Amino acid sequence: MAEWRNEWDGFIAGHWCDHIDVQEFIQKNYTPYIGDESFLAPPTERTRRLFAALTEKLKEEKEKGGVIGIDTQTVSSLTNYPAAYLSKEDELIVGLQTGEPLVRGVNPFGGIRMARSACRAYGYELSNRIEEEFHYRTTHNDGVFRVYTESMRAMRHTGILTGLPDAYGRGRIIGDYRRIALYGIDRLIEEKKQDKINLGKKRMTEENIRLSEELFKQISFLEKLKAMAALYGIDISAPATNAREAVQWLYFGYLAANKEQNGAAMSLGRVGTFLDIYMERDLRRGILTEEGAQELIDQFVMKLRMIRHLRTPEYNELFGGDPVWITEAVGGMGKDGRTLVTKNAFRFLHTLYNLGTAPEPNLTVLWSEKLPEAFKKYCSRVSIQTDSIQYENDDLMRPRFGDDYAIACCVSAMKVGKQMQFFGARCNLPKILLLALNGGKEEKYNMQVGPVMPALEGEYLDYDEVRRRLDYYIGWLAGEYVDTMNVIHFMHDKYAYEKTQLALHDTDVERVMAFGVAGLSVITDSLSAIKYAKVRATRDENGLINGFETEGSFPKFGNDDDRVDSIAVELLERFITELRKNPTYRGAKHTLSVLTITSNVVYGKKTGATPDGRAAGAPFAPGANPMHNREERGALASLNSVAKLPYDACMDGISNTFSIVPEALGNNEEERVANLVTILDGYFGQNAHHINVNVLDRQKLIDAMEDPDLYPNLTIRVSGYAVNFHKLSREQQKEVISRTFHQTV
Amino acid sequence: MQGYIHSLQSLGTVDGPGVRAVVFGEGCPLRCVYCHNPDTWEPDPAHLMEVEDLAEQILRLTPYIKNGGVTFSGGEPCLQAEFFAALATELKGRGLHLALDTCGEVYDPAVRRLLELVDLVLLDVKFTVGEEHHRHTGGSLSRVVSFLKTLEAMQKPIWIRHVVVPGLNDTEEDLLRLAELTRPMRCVEKIELLPFRSLCIEKYRTLGIPFPLERTPQMDPARLAQLQAYLEKNL
Repeated sequence: MAEWRNEWDGFIAGHWCDHIDVQEFIQKNYTPYIGDESFLAPPTERTRRLFAALTEKLKEEKEKGGVIGIDTQTVSSLTNYPAAYLSKEDELIVGLQTGEPLVRGVNPFGGIRMARSACRAYGYELSNRIEEEFHYRTTHNDGVFRVYTESMRAMRHTGILTGLPDAYGRGRIIGDYRRIALYGIDRLIEEKKQDKINLGKKRMTEENIRLSEELFKQISFLEKLKAMAALYGIDISAPATNAREAVQWLYFGYLAANKEQNGAAMSLGRVGTFLDIYMERDLRRGILTEEGAQELIDQFVMKLRMIRHLRTPEYNELFGGDPVWITEAVGGMGKDGRTLVTKNAFRFLHTLYNLGTAPEPNLTVLWSEKLPEAFKKYCSRVSIQTDSIQYENDDLMRPRFGDDYAIACCVSAMKVGKQMQFFGARCNLPKILLLALNGGKEEKYNMQVGPVMPALEGEYLDYDEVRRRLDYYIGWLAGEYVDTMNVIHFMHDKYAYEKTQLALHDTDVERVMAFGVAGLSVITDSLSAIKYAKVRATRDENGLINGFETEGSFPKFGNDDDRVDSIAVELLERFITELRKNPTYRGAKHTLSVLTITSNVVYGKKTGATPDGRAAGAPFAPGANPMHNREERGALASLNSVAKLPYDACMDGISNTFSIVPEALGNNEEERVANLVTILDGYFGQNAHHINVNVLDRQKLIDAMEDPDLYPNLTIRVSGYAVNFHKLSREQQKEVISRTFHQTV
Repeated sequence: MQGYIHSLQSLGTVDGPGVRAVVFGEGCPLRCVYCHNPDTWEPDPAHLMEVEDLAEQILRLTPYIKNGGVTFSGGEPCLQAEFFAALATELKGRGLHLALDTCGEVYDPAVRRLLELVDLVLLDVKFTVGEEHHRHTGGSLSRVVSFLKTLEAMQKPIWIRHVVVPGLNDTEEDLLRLAELTRPMRCVEKIELLPFRSLCIEKYRTLGIPFPLERTPQMDPARLAQLQAYLEKNL
């Protein structure tokens, strides 16, 4: 029995005192809020001053082409930079990633080549010191390429697998940063030491030896985290005593993770309701006002908006707009039926007004039919006014993940502190279809990538024959894909293990391996064309099928037409079934996502013409979206098609980006707010998983593209995250503009 | 039973209360100068649809429209009154709110039966002077007025809709006449002024039909708001 700590006075005791159990602490202590937004406070003077300083820095960063500076002398880690500030006298919450605001650190553990070329892309040269140091080190990238087979290299080279985390941090791991505030570092170290002792009583199998070494690293990094805080004159060995400390302790954990790792997505988790408990306690004690509570959240969010990672231009093509995916899950319901919405849910959304719209943190509302009406309306209004939030279905996830899960990256639910994932980017389904037609040959490089089969003969494509081939190659793909992921994650654990983040997980962590698909609507419509219309294949001089002529019409995904929607459903179920046949590294559970980030542009570029009428090189639709402008029955029919995609086959998430002009949502703002709530309730009521909402005119985007100064802070939702429109490449901007904007008729 | 159906728009938020599915029938007795659906004027035999199939498609939208409803529009749905009455019967049983968007120029016993089934009528009063009405739509204002009186006698809730076109019907006098016309009707719950917009110009080009108002500017929203306020003051 652990003893009661004075720092916990005012909290209700429970199992959480004896064991690390943040979920139970929240349930015992939080205050649901069912009122509206009228209590919210504007920014304080101090916040305004700090925000002005940040705005200056952001302007400078933009003027310098997106990177304000790179510290090429230092390898990024927890204690390698001195304490640094944006504007010390105004900062309530302290801690910067490097020695100066927005300056990017170098993190070569994922791969030295990537670090080197990222520096060069912005006119810097990696220092000799780092080059020499890493000359004698094996990076994650080195390890992977030592083992990659010819087949894996070919799949990667031709773009059948793209965006694999084999040269940078895999990310998508959410440390339970709340633990630091609730327990203090010393207690967390004690617990990990005890786990290591207990592990030592077991047989020293390969798995246990590995875990034991990992625990050693975790403990060492918890010590470093404490030392990092001490650089700022702050001692985080004991629990936080008030709201400001709770935010600060938690932020130090998140900051340390970002100093250690440059993961593709560095999500924050679900901290709002937890922190609200501290704010309520301080409000009760009379040591905090609403202005003060908002100020803490505003200041915290400003810190989050300053997180930066050094990326290469190729990386930006896949994941446009310099995102970090500081995803914070907001709202949701508890298992006991009480809402998890607290005043902090409102305060986080309110930062979009106090600090203007911005893509980070990636505010993700966990939607339930049972959310308080006032909160639903507030979210809807914020969406309409800022285009900065996304929604995911709490009623779908809560039964599967409990009521203390968060969202990794865009759409991946994870039990906080209990689950981690092996991120696997995605495979290109339309290319597999073309590969199947061409007997294992890749269509752009004329390269034999898959098992050899005679190329399809005859002029017109026969659906049954195409399906037989496709099913065979999907089975082959699944095996190769799992193997590739096993290699990547074996090496990542070996050479770039997330010491800080995994120290903030249970030692006995559940692992999932997250596979993904791109081009779902393209392959679905292609199969529909083959099935319901007549598709004639044309061949190039090598006999490779490289073009299609389609006669007649065919049902298209996005029109609530079961004839075609069922093809998409069946494909996903088949693919996850095939994936599950192949064993994973560390026994991870197979999951699947239908999500592309902005890589739908690159995937399309690498793919030949498809039987749905898409030209060679043309972009795919993002995520699970129907193809652009093929939705003929309006927005709700389109949503219904996506809602049919089975979550149990795609537990890593199904992303849908929905754009609508304001007029199509209602005649005035009040109608629009109410109608958007109705649409969200209707969509999620059918077990849909995710939706990004943009309420804006295409013309505004065109104007912004032509004249960036018109709307400098224009934020829009793309596949699973928000982005400053100006940080997208021209190609990505054009693709966004070409998408369906649901109109009035 | 079959009907000529141009399309089903699954998300309608401007044709009646709440989120609604909107069915666009084909065939129209009028040729309004500002018509934004010229593609619904003529029935197309390729667009014949069974009542049951259409009802099934609409009912898939129930999660969204259960608090809004369904609007029958067009074209002029009253030209296919029996079909829409059959559709209304199917949907009524599922508790959906039904609205009929009509020009009020068609009235016969079948239309009467349809009117009995719907919960709300969106009645277009396009012009308030008979001669102008005829010139710009090809229809008859007196028929519209007697349709309105029929609705009043039936105690049917009515929303009057009036598209305001710069230079054609955008004066205060136009609106005064509209107010006078509707003032005695206790069933009129709302009068919506809708702005003339020229978004439909592409449709005309595709169909190869000249658009009579090609050069007319779109209605200014600020002016429209002024007119709406003026109208409400005079009701």
